[in-house]
Amino acid sequence: MAQSHYVFIESRDPFDSTDTTFLADTAAELRQRGRPVTVFLVQNGVLATRAGARGSHVARLAGAGVSVLADEFSLAERGIEADELAAGARPCGIDALVDLLVQPDTKAVWH
Amino acid sequence: MAEKTLTVAVMDAPYEAAASTTALRIVAAALTRGVNVNVFAYEGAVSLTMKDQTPHANPVKGTSVEEEQHPTTKDLVAALLALGRSEPKLTWVNCGLCVDERGAANAIDGVKRGSPADFLQLALASTNTLVIPTR
Repeated sequence: MAQSHYVFIESRDPFDSTDTTFLADTAAELRQRGRPVTVFLVQNGVLATRAGARGSHVARLAGAGVSVLADEFSLAERGIEADELAAGARPCGIDALVDLLVQPDTKAVWH
Repeated sequence: MAEKTLTVAVMDAPYEAAASTTALRIVAAALTRGVNVNVFAYEGAVSLTMKDQTPHANPVKGTSVEEEQHPTTKDLVAALLALGRSEPKLTWVNCGLCVDERGAANAIDGVKRGSPADFLQLALASTNTLVIPTR
């Protein structure tokens, strides 16, 4: 049986919504169980990508093998430049999210 | 003919949440990439397509209606429906009960009326489904 690819779309500000921790924990646990996992950060979710952001889950997720993508539009709206990003966060367009969503056996969860 | 179909459920009312903009961006990107899209608008999201929306001036900035170029969600959806007129196809369904509750029946051309049962059928026939809830 093919393994599902989990795509978590995190739209919430990690400094405003502590439940972003639950999403990061779930993503990391799924990856630890061998599932392909992507976290796509959008809207205020991209505030976690600044290299100096305290308590950000980005480094932990990337270290666990989770693909961490950040919506370029959301980054630009918030004045976050590419050279400010934490290691492991990769800027991309919303079309990258669409490409992921229409792959077979992909489970998408919006938060 | 487009082989893939994405169904998106939206719930936020217009002009309130960033998720509405993101949803419309996802729909536009999917159509541009040749993916069929179904949108099921639920709860406040049925007002995204209300024909009676009008752009406004901005008295704070002192700009006129023309200068402000205020985007309305019904115009944004109309543009997406034009983009998805044939292949790929955009199907936009408003929840009928939600429409009636809000008196939002006067929708732009091309918008259909349906029920959660239609959402289920759309989802079952799709490559994938993304539900964008209210907070």
